Amino acid sequence: MKILVPVKRVIDYNVKVRVKSDGSGVDLANIKMSMNPFDEIALEEAIRIKEAGKADEIIAVSIGASQSQETLRTALAMGADRAILVVATDDVNQDIEPLDVAKILHAIVVEERTDLILCGKQAIDNDMNATAQMLSALMGCSQATFASKIELAGEKIKVTREVDGGLQVVEVTLPSVISVDLRLNEPRYASLPNIMKAKRKPLEQKEPKDFNVLVKNRLEIIETNEPAERMAGIKVSSVDELVEKLKNDAGVI
Amino acid sequence: MLTTYQAPLEEFHFLFHEVLHASEQEIEGFSELTPEFTSEILTMGAKIATEVMLPINSSGDKEGCKFENGLVITPKGFVKAFDEIRKGGWAGLDCDPLYGGQGLPITLSLIFGEIFSSCNISLTIYKALTHGTYATIYAHGNSIQKNTYLPKLVTCEWTGTMNLTEPHCGTDLGMIKTKAEPISEGEYKITGQKIFISAGDHDLSENIIHLVLAKVPGGPTGVKGISLFIVPKFLVNNDGSLGRKNNLSIGSIEKKMGIHANATCVLNYDGATGYLLGEKHQGVQAMFTMMNEARLGVGVQSLALAEVAYQSSLTYSKERVQGKSLESDGKFSTSPKPIICHPDVRRNLMNQKSFIEGARALTLWTALLLDKGTRSSDKKSYGLASLLTPVIKGYISDIGFDMTVVGQQIFGGHGYIEEWGMSQLVRDSRIAMIYEGTNGVQAIDLVGRKLNSDGGANIMYLLELVTTYLHQSTVSEEIENEFFVPLKNSLNDLKSALKFFLDNGTKNPNAALAGASDFLHLLGVFCIGFMWVKIVSRVSEKKKAGDKINKFLEAKIVTGRYYMANTLPKTKFLATKIKAGDKILMSLEPDQF
Ligand SMILES: Cc1cc2nc3c(=O)[nH]c(=O)nc-3n(C[C@H](O)[C@H](O)[C@H](O)COP(=O)(O)OP(=O)(O)OC[C@H]3O[C@@H](n4cnc5c(N)ncnc54)[C@H](O)[C@@H]3O)c2cc1C
Repeated sequence: MKILVPVKRVIDYNVKVRVKSDGSGVDLANIKMSMNPFDEIALEEAIRIKEAGKADEIIAVSIGASQSQETLRTALAMGADRAILVVATDDVNQDIEPLDVAKILHAIVVEERTDLILCGKQAIDNDMNATAQMLSALMGCSQATFASKIELAGEKIKVTREVDGGLQVVEVTLPSVISVDLRLNEPRYASLPNIMKAKRKPLEQKEPKDFNVLVKNRLEIIETNEPAERMAGIKVSSVDELVEKLKNDAGVI
Repeated sequence: MLTTYQAPLEEFHFLFHEVLHASEQEIEGFSELTPEFTSEILTMGAKIATEVMLPINSSGDKEGCKFENGLVITPKGFVKAFDEIRKGGWAGLDCDPLYGGQGLPITLSLIFGEIFSSCNISLTIYKALTHGTYATIYAHGNSIQKNTYLPKLVTCEWTGTMNLTEPHCGTDLGMIKTKAEPISEGEYKITGQKIFISAGDHDLSENIIHLVLAKVPGGPTGVKGISLFIVPKFLVNNDGSLGRKNNLSIGSIEKKMGIHANATCVLNYDGATGYLLGEKHQGVQAMFTMMNEARLGVGVQSLALAEVAYQSSLTYSKERVQGKSLESDGKFSTSPKPIICHPDVRRNLMNQKSFIEGARALTLWTALLLDKGTRSSDKKSYGLASLLTPVIKGYISDIGFDMTVVGQQIFGGHGYIEEWGMSQLVRDSRIAMIYEGTNGVQAIDLVGRKLNSDGGANIMYLLELVTTYLHQSTVSEEIENEFFVPLKNSLNDLKSALKFFLDNGTKNPNAALAGASDFLHLLGVFCIGFMWVKIVSRVSEKKKAGDKINKFLEAKIVTGRYYMANTLPKTKFLATKIKAGDKILMSLEPDQF
């Protein structure tokens, strides 16, 4: 079985994001970029599945500016077998929207005949949470989102999902798209020997037109704002006062 | 902990690729060190260091090591963190692939040394001593010893130590009493007590390989009678598995000022089995393999802590609001401003910044000379690196320590309070001036040995390199006046000190010894000045070529300018002191003090 793992290059989760002065987006100049943490978890899961002897090959795919190559190198160093870079823009500030990403991934899935697609539930830059669902629709196959546990048994996969009310267990049949949540695993650090070996792993470069996809933005960014600053707290003197405030000031109960 | 640290990756990139042009050097293996590759491994190494090592730095300091039932226990989280580094293969970065290493250059290894030490110096020392043990067995071991120990040391499955110091002798190794009695060919019985042994025992690895200096009875007296032995905590069977516990034990661990999470042990050898490493009576020379490496590493440790102090005090100086400051209209502000606005705080920050960036260039340049020396068998480069080693150990640790104090000063009273983390930096940094040979001894090594070795060839080579650089480069008048002229003046100070040693040192060694520490500082100040000239020349080259000069590069010019104007003139003062010799210094009788 082949596993496909899409990985996105995003602002490092430790970086304090700043909005550009013209409000057109966040400032990416000289900012540390890393692999989307949810994608790292998806990749880690794929590697564990392969290490358990249940998969033969892991393909990492990244779609974006050519700088995404760095993210793919990290994926190869962690344990992906080969990588496909789809250069869809020459502007690092341009986000490729989920539908285009899903279309390109779909074309790759068909070409590569992959049965299992493991991806992060969302990218931490714009939190869209849409690509996995769209990809599954395009493929016409099963999907399981927000996985916190994945158990393979032949053609079937038992997935524990994190939902609002708690945990839900579903069973899907391959081929399938599974999007992963935070608690699924703790991703490994790429080791130095593996980074060295990754230099020799294949990294193929493509363009959207190779997959007959025309990348075009359908969404328009009207403005970007810093989150409102948290207001200072107050001390209440009794439980009654607390309940009163929650009811009348905060309106939460 | 409230300190700030982010690995200065842009700095390393700039120095390695732009100033030193490392990947363009004709040194074996260097052409593979593309900017993409070095950036990838540095990013990953820095990630592990900041995510795994840094979070247990402050807790490790508070908790310290424990000594229970004859065994040392490291603070919470250390076993797991060490395991992570081991799994990552970071320990074997520049080791020979024949024994499982990655064969990368020393220059890169030094960069990791800095990042790791910034994040957690105590934990880094366990790894650093293991590397030193590897290097010594690699250089002097026979094939059985190499095959037995190296693969395990490369991975840090086993760790190493260096055992020189005894209760009555530290600097003067000739007085060592530990005895080695021959049992059979190459095998000895070691008896004696060693003290202050870093990483002497701990729970991070399944075996510890002690390298021990001892005397074989009947040998010459003094340092010429010392031999070096491999003494494993657990003896190793022929098939490589661990055998019985050797006859050695831990007497106690020291309570000390800093590096609390690195155990400093008393080791008692009671007829322990030891294996001769290298030639009999050549132990001190063999141990120098380890010491030279460790000395470079110690300079880097100090730099690493100065960097954390700088980053932390910089953050603090932008946040701490105190005192009115002069505005652009020439009037004082009506409300208090961040302390970075005050000239005296600026002075502190500029002193930190200009020292750290220049010193970092010096450590990397020296490492590159070592790589050239070893990989391309370039004797001149190797010789120059050995000349610069005591300068890096002594000068960088003296000033690196000062710079952690400067950082503490920027924090005001909070710098003195443990919770803020600045105190730990000062405490941890202090040891670098003492171990691996005190800084006073580094100065003696420099003046008494390194200056004269090969008929002074190494210092001549340095003078030649600098002179050629100053004459070959065509730079703008501005750079000439602000950078080249001051360095030429400083070069004259250096030469005048050398001349004084030459004229007086042979007749009266004390005349030279009296000025040894000042000379070590003079050479340190001068070499860092040379580094700033190189850095700024590179920026101006880029400017000429029409490259974009971003804020980072702009700041290099200003910081360099500050160094040339404010620090480099020290060489004049130091040369004057050196030329005063020992006359006044030595004229009081001890009872007159
Ligand atoms: C935390 C810690 C860890 C250590 N780790 C190790 C280790 O792992 N292995 C190990 O073997 N040792 C280790 N040491 C020992 C350390 O290397 C010695 O303490 C150091 O070399 C100085 O020796 P000493 O303490 O005997 O001082 P001394 O040699 O007694 O020196 C005292 C003072 O006299 C000066 N002095 C001595 N001789 C001369 C001279 N000829 N000319 C001018 N000045 C002189 C010195 O500079 C110093 O200021 C460690 C020490 C500490 C505190």
